[in-house]
Amino acid sequence: MADREEFVEQAMQYASHLYPVALRMTRNRSDAEDLVQETFLKAWRSFSTFHEGTNLRAWLFRIMTNTFINNYRAKQRRPEEEGLEEVEDLYLYRRLNTFDQSRMSASAEDQMMDLFPDEDIREALEELPEVFRMPVLLADVEGFSYKEIADILDVPIGTVMSRLSRGRKAMHKSLYEYAVRRGLTQPPEGNGRTNQSTIN
Amino acid sequence: MSNCDETLEELQRFLDKELPDGMLQTIQTHLGACTDCLQAFEFHAELRTVIARKVRSEEMPEGLMDKIRGCFGDDLTEEKP
Repeated sequence: MADREEFVEQAMQYASHLYPVALRMTRNRSDAEDLVQETFLKAWRSFSTFHEGTNLRAWLFRIMTNTFINNYRAKQRRPEEEGLEEVEDLYLYRRLNTFDQSRMSASAEDQMMDLFPDEDIREALEELPEVFRMPVLLADVEGFSYKEIADILDVPIGTVMSRLSRGRKAMHKSLYEYAVRRGLTQPPEGNGRTNQSTIN
Repeated sequence: MSNCDETLEELQRFLDKELPDGMLQTIQTHLGACTDCLQAFEFHAELRTVIARKVRSEEMPEGLMDKIRGCFGDDLTEEKP
């Protein structure tokens, strides 16, 4: 098959997409490495089922997700869908915004990069039960559509949406709590500190 | 016609680019006129960018690409013509 080489070439490009997500799925480097390798091995073996015009990246993620669920999840604690508390809408935003407006108002992206260090993002993601973590990774890191995520995870679109919503909110709450814990921001109740007067 | 509550309710679908056209316009119109909602939307858009950037910044272990390449080679022999 002439297309095989082209397929390999294209599939290889997505290794750098698969690995970071694999790492957050498995929570450790050696399992992540194995998972990515296994994904490519399976992709190679099921090449004949890959149809031209199919989204190759989504196809690879589907293989990786299934492999993870079948091979790695058994090693870990059973995913508890109910184990995630409900978090109010705009939880993180309201808290950061009400008492730390100056920090968040202008060019928030750079400040957010500092406010939430890499390890906080990692921990907040890894703390999420799998059923929430996977759609969040697929949507927020890989930018897949609801439809694509539904296909990858084999769940209805409505389930994707509700898990995304709950998962993101829980993650935002963790991020807030870590930031408070590290003293990067203050809880609203802690109004003992006086801020330097701001010049308007 | 839309108010802040209705707008904020669509925050997720808006950021996920999953809003139907008509609704998208309604939300955009509201955001054009309401700084509070706009700020909330921008915050979440930026947060998402930051999360994605940080997760993607994980570098692949040295040698993984070679191992992957190996996956492709090996299996050819197993495949019967």
